[in-house]
Amino acid sequence: MDDAISPMTVRALAQPAEPPVREAIAPPWSRPVVISLLSVLVLLAAWQAVTAARWIEPLFLPPPAAVWEKFARVAGEGYMDATLWQHAGASLARVALALGIAVLTAIPLGLWMGLSPTARGVFDPLIEFYRPVPPLAYLPLIVIWFGIGELSKVLLITLAIFAPLVIATATGVRQVDETRRRAAQAFGATRWQLLRHVVLPSALPEILTGLRVGLGVGWSTLVAAELVAATRGLGFMVQSAAQFLATDIVLLGIFTIALIAFGLELGLRALQRRLVPWQGRA
Amino acid sequence: MVELQAVTVGYRGAAGSTTAVNTPVLDAIDWQISQGALAVLLGPSGCGKSSLLNVIAGFVTPSGGRASVSGRAITGPGADRGVVFQDDALLPWLDVLNNVALPLRLRGGGRAAREDKAREFLALVGLEGFESRPVWELSGGMRQRVGIARALAADPEVLLMDEPFGALDALTRERMQELLLKVWQATGKTIVLVTHGVEEAVFLATDLVVLSRRPARIVQHRLLDFGRRHAQGEAARAIKSLPEFVAVREQVLGAVFAQDEALH
Repeated sequence: MDDAISPMTVRALAQPAEPPVREAIAPPWSRPVVISLLSVLVLLAAWQAVTAARWIEPLFLPPPAAVWEKFARVAGEGYMDATLWQHAGASLARVALALGIAVLTAIPLGLWMGLSPTARGVFDPLIEFYRPVPPLAYLPLIVIWFGIGELSKVLLITLAIFAPLVIATATGVRQVDETRRRAAQAFGATRWQLLRHVVLPSALPEILTGLRVGLGVGWSTLVAAELVAATRGLGFMVQSAAQFLATDIVLLGIFTIALIAFGLELGLRALQRRLVPWQGRA
Repeated sequence: MVELQAVTVGYRGAAGSTTAVNTPVLDAIDWQISQGALAVLLGPSGCGKSSLLNVIAGFVTPSGGRASVSGRAITGPGADRGVVFQDDALLPWLDVLNNVALPLRLRGGGRAAREDKAREFLALVGLEGFESRPVWELSGGMRQRVGIARALAADPEVLLMDEPFGALDALTRERMQELLLKVWQATGKTIVLVTHGVEEAVFLATDLVVLSRRPARIVQHRLLDFGRRHAQGEAARAIKSLPEFVAVREQVLGAVFAQDEALH
């Protein structure tokens, strides 16, 4: 060999040892998807059968067709001075605002708690103290302190999202790989650069998971939040329909809440795949 | 030039360890690594090779003695010393090019300039055409080459390598040794490499140190030139089967074994 390393070896070296394994994303009509669809269809059929046979009074369980008809009515004409879309929009706006506030406060606090044992010592007991308390339990206190306006509703949802997001961020920061940190230090990274280029991106998978959990909890707090003097929102719609025993509208509201939650979850999963494609592989 | 004078590292009480309490990790290590040397640290596992490298890197503060690079005392990690880790420590959210350009980015260079520089070092390690690939798609050997290119992009005086080929398969390992010699020849950098592979150590080193078990002292110090001969054109396998290579390898192996047996 003339060269220290021949072009042949370089080319041979340049081949990846194994073809990269891409995460298998289920094709639209894969087995699990088909089974899931069948499961939903069986449930709908059972619902239809039970109501058609009049085993249960329509007052308690209206047939699917009645709910569908109500959907068309509420979507077009509205219920309680607002269409279904306006109710959903009001709820989504509250959750979005709460999410924004939680992201802007919980992520910095989580970073701080992950980096500083002192900060962790100060805030960890506070967060762990209120986190397991159901939002309905502290809702009255929020109403006493902040009234029955929009502030109380958004605050309740914010608090629900805040705790899982702080905890996930702090955990993500504490789990940052030590050699990555050292590598950046060896390149002369400042503290700020270390945070920006190593710590934050390393913690991103955890932060996104915290966001998913937080958004789930936040959305499920919605009905509680809209118990308080709301005039619009899916939670309010379900509550007031229940008072008039409008079971079809209650069901419609529940389905809408569930479908939106499902959509949010899918969206966040897609975001996670896009933002952290290396998760579980590096 | 790296200068170590009576460098001692005390036991720091790692959690969960019950053995070797109060046994220093490094005991008064004296070593002068000259400019442009390929210095190799060899020793039984757990002997403190990596600790000594970490002292030079500035990650570990010695409890006694002096460590300096080109006359400047080492007080912490710094850009004059680049580090290549056994597990590559690449950043998975950056592609190959941006990983290599990272040290320059931290230093605040212009985008075009740092990308040119990164491309140059990627070419040196044989990775042209892989610039925009995500690093988590690469094989272990390729990731190590990205790590080497990244460390070189920082243009350090000394390149420190902590068992860089330890996790690679035998064939890739030999290729990487040859690649390292090529890179060393091309850049003229001083390299300090830690390994537990005796053949690897004898093949690469111009300056070979064998450490004893804890507390680590230098039990053998040799100046060799097999790596240089390969860099100047002799085939790797031919060198590794030369009688003089085999003789040195067996002597070094004997010294390492003697340390290992002293444990049992």
